[in-house]
Amino acid sequence: MTQPERSASAAGEARVVALVSSGRHPVSGRAGRAREDARAVEMGLALAGASLHLAHAGDAEDAALPEYLGMFHGLEGAGGPGELSLLPMAAGDDAVPLLANWLEAYGANLVLTGQRAECGEGSGLLPYLLAERLGWAVATGVAAIEHYAGDRVTVLQALPQGQRRRLEVRLPCLLCVDGVAPMPRQSAFGPSRRGRVEAVANVTAEPDTLQAAWQWQPARARPKRLKVVKSTNARDRFKAAAAKSSASGGQVLTDLSPEEAAEKLIDYLRRERILTAPSGE
Amino acid sequence: MLQTLLPILIFAALAVGAAGAVRRIRLWRQGRRTPMRWHRLVLMPKRYLNDLHHVVARDKAIAHTHVATAGGFVAAMALALVVHGFGWRNPILGGLLLAASLCMFIGALAVNRRRIDPPAKLSKGPWQRLSKSLLAYSVGMFLVSLPLVGVAPTVLGGGVLALILLALVAWGLAEMLIGMGWGGPMKHAFAGTFHLAFHRRPERFDDQHRDVAHDVHRGSRSTALFPLDLTAKTLGVEKPADFQWEQLLGFDACVQCGRCQNVCPAYAAGQPLNPKKLIQDMVVGMAGGSDARYAGSGYPGIEVGKHHGGPTDAIVPQLVEAQTLWACTTCRACVEECPMMIEHVDAIVDMRRFITLERGETPEKGAAAIDNLIATDNPGGLDNASRLDWAADLDIPRIQQRPEGVDVLLWLGDGAFDMRNQRTLRSLVKILRAAEVDFAVLGDEERDSGDVARRLGDEATFQRLAERNIATLSRYRFQRIVTADPHSFHVLGREYGAFGGDYVVKHHSTFIAELFDAGRLSVKAAEPGETVTYHDPCYLGRYNGEFAAPRQVLAALGVEVAEMERSGYRSRCCGGGGGAALSDVPGKARIPDMRMEDVRETGATTVAVACPQCTAMLEGVVEPRPQVKDLAELVAAALAEPAAAPTARNSTEAPEEVPA
Ligand code: SF4
Ligand code: SF4
Repeated sequence: MTQPERSASAAGEARVVALVSSGRHPVSGRAGRAREDARAVEMGLALAGASLHLAHAGDAEDAALPEYLGMFHGLEGAGGPGELSLLPMAAGDDAVPLLANWLEAYGANLVLTGQRAECGEGSGLLPYLLAERLGWAVATGVAAIEHYAGDRVTVLQALPQGQRRRLEVRLPCLLCVDGVAPMPRQSAFGPSRRGRVEAVANVTAEPDTLQAAWQWQPARARPKRLKVVKSTNARDRFKAAAAKSSASGGQVLTDLSPEEAAEKLIDYLRRERILTAPSGE
Repeated sequence: MLQTLLPILIFAALAVGAAGAVRRIRLWRQGRRTPMRWHRLVLMPKRYLNDLHHVVARDKAIAHTHVATAGGFVAAMALALVVHGFGWRNPILGGLLLAASLCMFIGALAVNRRRIDPPAKLSKGPWQRLSKSLLAYSVGMFLVSLPLVGVAPTVLGGGVLALILLALVAWGLAEMLIGMGWGGPMKHAFAGTFHLAFHRRPERFDDQHRDVAHDVHRGSRSTALFPLDLTAKTLGVEKPADFQWEQLLGFDACVQCGRCQNVCPAYAAGQPLNPKKLIQDMVVGMAGGSDARYAGSGYPGIEVGKHHGGPTDAIVPQLVEAQTLWACTTCRACVEECPMMIEHVDAIVDMRRFITLERGETPEKGAAAIDNLIATDNPGGLDNASRLDWAADLDIPRIQQRPEGVDVLLWLGDGAFDMRNQRTLRSLVKILRAAEVDFAVLGDEERDSGDVARRLGDEATFQRLAERNIATLSRYRFQRIVTADPHSFHVLGREYGAFGGDYVVKHHSTFIAELFDAGRLSVKAAEPGETVTYHDPCYLGRYNGEFAAPRQVLAALGVEVAEMERSGYRSRCCGGGGGAALSDVPGKARIPDMRMEDVRETGATTVAVACPQCTAMLEGVVEPRPQVKDLAELVAAALAEPAAAPTARNSTEAPEEVPA
């Protein structure tokens, strides 16, 4: 793994924070590190070493928290224990104002997190809402940080099929780490035991009124579109089966006005029956 | 002249040697202290003469050589102290001294013969010199003592010859006494004495061990790993001073005989591990310095002389590479062979514990297995509820439905997720039904025993699994646990005790042998002509002393076992234990391939196994090769169809032998 370059001036005043959430194991459903958040922590450790600070809004007893703190090993220098600021709140509370206030108070200028939570709402909207509230830049699908200096950071953004796009983002910013980012290091018991969880005092969480008004129903798996390959040739059938379902048949629309673009998107969503339109089809 | 110089020489050597010994004791005491139990010193002679000799005597020639040399030396030294040191020049004592020296001389001759073209397992350097020093001491002592019985008094009275004699004696004394204290080869006698007295596993020397079976095989008297205090400041061993002091003492007792090196499967496979070098590296670390003075075989693929250590310096990687530690299969072959009763596996696991628990650097696949164990209770990351999928048609009773209790709780182990092992389990169920055993399973409440996590050094995950399994087991009633997995057998039977879980655990081979004994199984006669050999799993044999039952079962089937050269307590590991299959350290050969070669040498067409891991490793050897069959499969195939067995279902019979 290549270490991101980092200019000396930035390293000193860097206030790098990783926001971590409680993950759910896909098979057992047990709480643990969330896959993308763990990669965000890994990226933060590679960038800021032991000075990386973790933050979590939720339950202090969550089993995932020590697992994140267990990643504070193998770091340059003294490598003291990991520290996590806990913003206590219940499951139905709104994390956005809590986190936004805390990040401002803490003086964070680079915030790393996964793209979406593995439990609860899991809408993936939190980074955007936070960025909106703080007035920060936000970049998603981050696969690597290439350069970090002064007031900007250069990142590689993951695109489908292994493509990468280089982005330069102004600080302060929020980076949402993609699943293709480097594997997180092992969480070790010793450092996890030494890591400190500090509950932030004087925060009052407010219930997420929007969420409370929602209507919940179990997700239904959407049937996959099959491309039936009629071929007597095993090689073709194999190729068809092994081929990645790429977004074929799409179109790239450029030079549209915002209104036209919105129109096109709404059309598409209607065709896919994602929006049921009052105006019919 | 001799009469004035000899006492000076002897007492000077004693004093200098003693000063070295004090320094040596300080080196050992750098380790973590435990309360001193001085009274244990009185145990030493019995432990030396009985237990240690028991191991040494596996090689008769060496045993005789050692008895002659060591016995001769101890007697000659004691007598020389009285006769020459304190000047009690009694002719009878003199005669005895001559006899002792002669005895030592004969032993020393044998040592020298072995040293002419020493086998590769032996260290050279100072050890080569020791053989000469033994001669010097015995010859010198013999000749200077001749005047005591009135022979050749005048010739030896003075002059050049006397000087030469004195030089010989001085050389001998320097090696034997000064070298003993200051870290020469004779150190082994001094360190060994204390090591035997303060051994960390006193059960190894306990002839009244509660389990009689272990007295037949002394090596399995004490094989459970020591629990780690998870609240300690640092976990595991980072630097030599983190070892318990008895362990440091034990390392120092090594005689560099290379018996461990000769039996180590990882060393034979060209993986970078050599138990003898590892112990010597621990000595280097304890005393400080580099391994450049080591005069034996190194770790395959790693140059000798490039590593260094100190008592408070990290061991990995300056002194020992992590690869060396991960190559070990924890097969205990080295411990079994070591005449100095050194505990290699404990040391390796202690160092692994630090790497895993503090540094988070478990080899990748091992770390993934641990993560899975934490999340799903099995190393494959599979849904624990699918543990019984293979038995969907067998209608196996669950213990949850039997609150009144059952006779046998069948412990499935993680083999339940493996298609190959599922065939073994199906066979075992068939046998239990044929013998009308009252049994049940835990189903999805069963978790991994924690074996792999523990050997990979993750004591935290092991203890968590152990506590949960013990809590589960405490909810149900059963007479005994039977399992087809020697690792579960060992962990449940011998390692859960430290966490409050005491059960009667039987390996399926033992249990099936008992069923045969009780006449509860009837089998068809074996087809003649087939040659079968049996591979002893480490965790069944060396760890738990069960060598007889599997052979009894095979005998009951009417098959004759063509034993491999390395079988029983000398069985060679399949390469799958201790997480080694996960760390998969590269070498020149694969351990299972070497084991299959052992099988082929017997001319066997079938190798009977008794462990899911051995099955997997040996079946991984490319065809053509002898077929690999678990004991349960062999028994199930030979079962005489019980006409009246109510539980034999059609569906369970047919698909058994069809490979998945
Ligand atoms: S550790 Fe034991 S078996 Fe190995 S060389 Fe030393 S004394 Fe011999
Ligand atoms: S336990 Fe087995 S693999 Fe490990 S060092 Fe000893 S002999 Fe070698």
